[in-house]
Amino acid sequence: MTVTTADDPATTADDRAAVARRVSVARCYRFELVKLVSQWRIRLLVLACWIAPALFVAAVSQQSSLPVDTLFGRLMHATGWAGPLVTLGFAGSWALPLLTSVVAGDVFASEDRLGTWRHLLVAVRSPRAIFAAKALASLTVILLLVAGLACSSAVGGVLTVGNQPLVGLDGHLLTSADAAGKVLLAWACVLAPTLALAAIGLLGSVMLGRSPMGLLLPALVALAMQLAQMLPLPVAGRLALPGYAFIAWNGLFTSPAQVGPLLIGVVVALVWAVTATALACLLFVRRDFTNPSYDGSGSRAVAVGVLPLVGLVAAAVAVVAATTSATGSGIEQDKVQRSVATAFAHLYRMQTEQLHRPHVTEAQLRATAACTKGGVQDGAQGPGNDWRCVVSWHLPDVEATGTAIYQLDVTPDGRFVADGDGPKEVNGYFLVRTPTGDAPNPLWQFDGNVELLANTPKG
Amino acid sequence: MDTLRAIRARGITKCFGDVVALDGIDLDVTQGQIHGLVGPNGAGKTTLLGLLLGLAVADGGSLEILGTPVGRALAAPDGVAGFVDGPGLYPSLTARQNLAALAALRGHDARTAGIEDVLDQVGLTDVADDRARGFSLGMRQRLGLAAALLTRPRLLVLDEPSNGLDPAGKKHVHGVLGRLASEGTAVVLSSHRMDDLEALCSEVTILATGRVAFSGPLGKLAAENRELDYRLLTSDPEAARRLAADTAGVRVADAVGAGHDAEVLVVRALVPALDELVVRLVQAGIALRELAPVVSPLEAAFLALTEQQETGR
Repeated sequence: MTVTTADDPATTADDRAAVARRVSVARCYRFELVKLVSQWRIRLLVLACWIAPALFVAAVSQQSSLPVDTLFGRLMHATGWAGPLVTLGFAGSWALPLLTSVVAGDVFASEDRLGTWRHLLVAVRSPRAIFAAKALASLTVILLLVAGLACSSAVGGVLTVGNQPLVGLDGHLLTSADAAGKVLLAWACVLAPTLALAAIGLLGSVMLGRSPMGLLLPALVALAMQLAQMLPLPVAGRLALPGYAFIAWNGLFTSPAQVGPLLIGVVVALVWAVTATALACLLFVRRDFTNPSYDGSGSRAVAVGVLPLVGLVAAAVAVVAATTSATGSGIEQDKVQRSVATAFAHLYRMQTEQLHRPHVTEAQLRATAACTKGGVQDGAQGPGNDWRCVVSWHLPDVEATGTAIYQLDVTPDGRFVADGDGPKEVNGYFLVRTPTGDAPNPLWQFDGNVELLANTPKG
Repeated sequence: MDTLRAIRARGITKCFGDVVALDGIDLDVTQGQIHGLVGPNGAGKTTLLGLLLGLAVADGGSLEILGTPVGRALAAPDGVAGFVDGPGLYPSLTARQNLAALAALRGHDARTAGIEDVLDQVGLTDVADDRARGFSLGMRQRLGLAAALLTRPRLLVLDEPSNGLDPAGKKHVHGVLGRLASEGTAVVLSSHRMDDLEALCSEVTILATGRVAFSGPLGKLAAENRELDYRLLTSDPEAARRLAADTAGVRVADAVGAGHDAEVLVVRALVPALDELVVRLVQAGIALRELAPVVSPLEAAFLALTEQQETGR
């Protein structure tokens, strides 16, 4: 063979003959798993993810003050299924980005740190097999960690509080089985953005080598996405970010489920996962492992690794905007009014049952809400804590129309907290007096969400 | 195709950007030979070893390893093992686990892969269940060699295998390499330790600035060499110094390298002139207590050839 040209076709057959007995991806995968599992920090993380959430949920559920700032936090006394959802909210913000950083963000960099690349390449003989094995091994460990968080928090919640029905974000009651299924589905949905972060971790690990920035990249990207979600971005921009599915699972807990934003979030996250992994693979197989000057952070790495992802954001924004005709913040007066009225009707029925009053249906209640924002009567829109809603409803055989007032804090991602402002007998006090004693008033404060893409009324 | 030839390289070139790491390298290594690779830092030794291990591909030239042409693919033919820039070990695994993981990677059962045997060969049986994290450099080198032996290589490529080895460890490693060579394995090793290379190698290649300054048997290197400095310890240093100064072809050097010991005489001469000096010392009744080159012939040749090469550039 003569190595005189870069792409000498005559060498191809020889190459195949020369490269004997390459190690299979399966064997390489086992090797990578052995290395990962032999690390104390990975063992500790696995242990923590399978034990800590159960202890956290059990401890919080026993306390008098609940984490009401977290979605479903105010329901932790009421049902064990609130625990895994509170954990999911926390995990999406902090735990999952950090876990993916530690696992995927270090899986390539650790070989740089230990100086074992050459050893590994001599043993395996295929950079592609090494990449595939490392990606699969880190994915396996991440899945194990996520499964631990989900199972542990669910077991902790159900054992501590019980297997009661769960109140959804529009006030409707999910049976225990429904709640269990939705909780499982919600955790499954956040696997997509977790995979996107893991792929970003792989890319950072390949691109930045032993630099700590490689390790921190998923956490930094996740933090940046959280900050972006707090800004008054247009809906298309919000949904086009790979972390949106960390929020969009909320839509599973309405009836009917708000699947549009969730599906978009999952698809965008998966596209990110595939793209970032492919870019990482491209950079890795092109790496020259004998080049003493290689530091992993050259301009080519930035061009190949970062620019395509910037382009992906732009493309995703354009596609979402074009296919959903989503404009503005997505938080509009009509949607807020529908969401509040729907939730109120469901919760009013719940309060009626608590008080052993005559049964009433949502249809009979004909609940409506009139919402204003900062004094704007018509066309109010956008997030803010200055929303005010007056809910009206009717009871069978009663002439008068009931009214109750709520102050709303609506966040840019569509979530809102409705705080009852009276009358006291309906929604002005946190307890209601039932024949069996005082009980939490379901109408006093409740969480809800506005579907940013919704155009049709729900009931 | 010459089946006895482990390596045949012709005109190998390799560049990293503007830097020419290897510039038309020719190399021949036969099976059963221990071949030394020496050169100053940056001469291209590690790059050449990397090509032999399949860690990179040459930009030009031809390379055959174990009778198989090496192409553009990033991988060496079967039967090649070794390490460059130190052995790659995973500190969180024990010595035995490191080897077992490697054996499993190759599809071997850890129980039948010969792990105990290679641990014994390199003298690490006693620490087989200790994590590699606590290993000294010498132990890591030996474990790296054990990892290479596990694959039963026909070509073993080692970069500075004697680094950090104590005398006992060095003896172990030398014994292993000698036995492998006697069984037909070709060994290519780089080292800055000339005494190691002289003790182990039958042939050497000296690299300087990416080019071959010399390649061939050690004996040929000595024959091609110029004058050497020798250190003489005699019963009468003053008389010996006068005799040396009067002997044709012998020059008395300053006490450079003699540690400023007035008893020690350093002379510079070719071997025939040195022989004449020894005869005259004996005839003059001066006892010769010690005679040794100040630097080894290989080291002297290395210094001369590499300096020459760099001056020529």
